[in-house]
Amino acid sequence: MQTAQSTVDPAEVAKFEAMAAEWWDPKGKFKPLHMLNPCRLSYITRQIAAEFNRDLQQDLPFQGLRLLDIGCGGGLLAEPMARLGATVVGADAAERNIPVARVHAQQSGLEIDYRHTTAEALAAAGEQFDVVLNMEVVEHVADPLAYLTACQQLLKPGGLMVCSTINRNAKSFAMAIIGAEYVMRWLPKGTHEWNKFITPDELFDLIRNAGLAPVDRKGFVFNPITWQWALSDRDLSVNYVTASIKEAPTA
Amino acid sequence: MTYDSDLLIIGGGLNGPAMALAAAHAGLSATVIDAQPAAGLLRDDFDGRAYALALSSVRMLRALGLWDELAQHAQPMLEIKVSDGRAGEGPLMPFFLHFDHGEIEEGPMGHMMEDRFLRRALNAAMQKSGAITVLNGETVTEQNTTSGHAEVTLASGRQLRARLLVGADGRKSGTASRAGIGRIGWDYGQTALVCAIQHDLPHNGVAHQFFMPPGPLAILPLPGNRSSIVWSETHETAQRFMGLDDAAFLQMLRPRFGDFLGDISLAGQRFSYPLGLTVAKAFAAANLALVGDAAHGMHPIAGQGLNAGLRDVAALAHVLRDARHCGEDIGSIAVLERYQQWRRFDTATLSLTTDLTNKLFSNDNPLLRAVRGIGMGAVNALPALRRGLMREAAGLTGDLPALMRG
Repeated sequence: MQTAQSTVDPAEVAKFEAMAAEWWDPKGKFKPLHMLNPCRLSYITRQIAAEFNRDLQQDLPFQGLRLLDIGCGGGLLAEPMARLGATVVGADAAERNIPVARVHAQQSGLEIDYRHTTAEALAAAGEQFDVVLNMEVVEHVADPLAYLTACQQLLKPGGLMVCSTINRNAKSFAMAIIGAEYVMRWLPKGTHEWNKFITPDELFDLIRNAGLAPVDRKGFVFNPITWQWALSDRDLSVNYVTASIKEAPTA
Repeated sequence: MTYDSDLLIIGGGLNGPAMALAAAHAGLSATVIDAQPAAGLLRDDFDGRAYALALSSVRMLRALGLWDELAQHAQPMLEIKVSDGRAGEGPLMPFFLHFDHGEIEEGPMGHMMEDRFLRRALNAAMQKSGAITVLNGETVTEQNTTSGHAEVTLASGRQLRARLLVGADGRKSGTASRAGIGRIGWDYGQTALVCAIQHDLPHNGVAHQFFMPPGPLAILPLPGNRSSIVWSETHETAQRFMGLDDAAFLQMLRPRFGDFLGDISLAGQRFSYPLGLTVAKAFAAANLALVGDAAHGMHPIAGQGLNAGLRDVAALAHVLRDARHCGEDIGSIAVLERYQQWRRFDTATLSLTTDLTNKLFSNDNPLLRAVRGIGMGAVNALPALRRGLMREAAGLTGDLPALMRG
């Protein structure tokens, strides 16, 4: 007698579980992301709460909001957003990340729609979101304006985009490439190409040209004494984050 | 995955209930499991135990809504006098440290509070909270924190699941040992004798700490003409004194105590606690955190045990509140590591300071006595140093958790 074959290969699942464990190990391969994550989350949650008038003290404050996380990786941002009640789509151009993120979301008891796709493809399909998270992606794309225009198309009128990246100057070269990639070995060598980095003013121009209105920018500053990241109003010299709105058309 | 509550707190002494209330304040639910039957916790006769609450602890109790009820039972410590003494010579030596609360703007350095009032206020607040469940007369037989959440099995057979297990179960924490977290520490060779006394003359809100060669003697003011005593002696002497009847015990205490408060008598029972330093090798792991003596039991020389425990509770609640607002998994090691980093440094500093203070003062070497005298004189002559020490004792230094900022 023949038994029904499962399409799930247990060896594959075990591999994805191991990769998920690696993504979520705060002292592992993705340590720099874990170190930055509280700071990123604090900025993102406050911007969303302010824009959509939500109270973070409540359970599920982001209920009813549809959110896209571009470059979701293992789900380090997508999972917290889902935990706060948002309906989350996680997109990653790297196919290998998708089953890994799915396995971890399942372990966390969260429902997240992970897809192997790009911002451009989602925009072409007519998908719409209240919030687009665009964190540490823009410095890796070939055509930033085309990419940010796709992000603009993905937003509903009144929607919010949070975009973070790395500044282009001598200090960011020293910190992000020599420091993070060569000295601390936080990131694989060749992760970043310095000439693709974008200054805050250039990013604001790109965002405006893409049809969005920039509303805020802050720096992520690493404190080597406390070994922690903090938000700064003034110091945008290395890592920084911006918030922009797709203004609703006036009647 | 369904959870019985966000936190599962083992230990219903003082830090456990404080943890439950601080968690509820941060929007999280908690279940407190305590081996004691409920009746024992709510006794209202004075048993002789009292605590010196640092100003930071008072602020925390106020933030949790307990202080209005507790304030009427509190004795403010207006001055602290520290002196070097030898049994039989009386406490007032030429060199002593004098801390007067008039010198710092924050007010009294602390308040004395009897155990019964604190315990009852914590329990009443837990009963009132809709986010807290208390299970009395229950012990944990099994625990598992390795599968992404915390699960325990109780002696009654009941099973509970939560996002985070908090061990507030004291120096011999079963929660820590079941999780395979080892401890380091040493015995001081001293036992603390704790009791309350009634005296003829008023204490005027002055706390005294006498450093005697066998160990320190603290006299801490309680409401009325009563004071709380923490008297440290070598294990052998302490054991001998505990074996004495009340009258003979007082005979031993009188010469050490001196006569500045007039005649003294016992109020309540006598307790003894062997002193030692015990620190858990980790304060946190995935889905697990340790607070209070379960994380670090220290020498109670400056009355900092409960205050340090409450500071753990406030720091953990602060970390959990921020994590909740950011949508993070409150049981994840990424989150709990922040608590561990925050508290391990403070704790190491405090444990070492109290340990060294005790070693320096519990000594009859004439040279050390002279050094101590000069040191105390220097602190008295330098207001900035004195204010710094007072703020340290009041728990106002370092990175304060939100609940303690006042």
